[in-house]
Amino acid sequence: MTKDKKQKNRHVYWNPYFGGFLLGIIILFTFYMTGRGLGASGAMKSSVVSIVETVAPTHAENNAYYSQFITEDESPMKTWLVFEALGVLIGAFISGGLNGRIGWRVQHSPNITSKRRLLFALGGGVLFGLGAQIARGCTSGAALSGMAVLSTGGFITMFAIFGSAYAFAYFFRKNWI
Amino acid sequence: MGPLIPNGVIPAEWDSIIAILIGIAFGFVLEASGFSSSRKLAGQFYGYDFAVLKVFFTAALVSVIGVYYMDYLGYLDVTQLYVHPFYLWGAIIGGIIMGVGFVAAGFCPGTSLCAVAIGKIDAIVYVGGIMVGVFIFSEMYTIFEPIYNGYFYGNVTLEDSLGINPYWFVFIFSMIAIVAFIAADMVRKRVKKVFY
Repeated sequence: MTKDKKQKNRHVYWNPYFGGFLLGIIILFTFYMTGRGLGASGAMKSSVVSIVETVAPTHAENNAYYSQFITEDESPMKTWLVFEALGVLIGAFISGGLNGRIGWRVQHSPNITSKRRLLFALGGGVLFGLGAQIARGCTSGAALSGMAVLSTGGFITMFAIFGSAYAFAYFFRKNWI
Repeated sequence: MGPLIPNGVIPAEWDSIIAILIGIAFGFVLEASGFSSSRKLAGQFYGYDFAVLKVFFTAALVSVIGVYYMDYLGYLDVTQLYVHPFYLWGAIIGGIIMGVGFVAAGFCPGTSLCAVAIGKIDAIVYVGGIMVGVFIFSEMYTIFEPIYNGYFYGNVTLEDSLGINPYWFVFIFSMIAIVAFIAADMVRKRVKKVFY
């Protein structure tokens, strides 16, 4: 496959510096408007809290973690980050639609099976979800938004995420190259 | 003077609408930059595609320069902005766990949402995984609580922690980023191409 010199990627994306510039402007605008940064894992946490509260309300109230996000009168889904995440879905759908990238598929390297890809996606998700709670934010909320205001915690989290990903990349190489 | 909503320049009722609009812009830019593709994202860890590194650090630089420049011009009060809190071991251990998840799955939460939006089934599974991870953390909260709440140094910036002038830091940070971008391009030329 790689012998074909004229082979190209299936999709052409924006110049990364252009995308990065716009993303930086969005973060700046977010801080200017709301005084806070962006986030992504927060919406998933709210979803979990909301599900647990619906299924087992007393359990959620007695748990020292869930109970921090439950209030009497409002649903845990009514947070800034949930609305923002809905916007992300809409925005990505528009961009994907304009460029013909929408469709059901499992994307993986030709060297591995779909099943393997899905298993690793699941396991990686579990780890990321766990890690994002321990560090109180993910790549968006802790690292990117933290770096915008020179937060020490944000920088440390960023170094830990990228450092660890590079350190462990060797063990997952079969999945990607 | 900004931030506008906390200071009452824009009524708080607009908060949710602004959240959706910002989200749309965020999602659009991420998807258009290629962040809905796990194989592109993973490229940075194997040297065949550094787009993520470039987007990420360009965005961080533009935002931090913008924040301090607007503060300097008096449009934005940097002291009113929310600073991500510094829990030393929470940041390190959480970050290391996230890094493994990142290279295993090729997504982080924000990018996975973009991939969900365009129908990637692996991303849907990944988001399900994140929710399982959050569930595990919550159910075992008593075990994680010491690192979650301990070793707290406050909502500090590098200015507080290291005592360096933020302007100088932004300048040094910019220089490091430029060197990293050049190095990334040199590495990519030497690494075997991967197409996706």
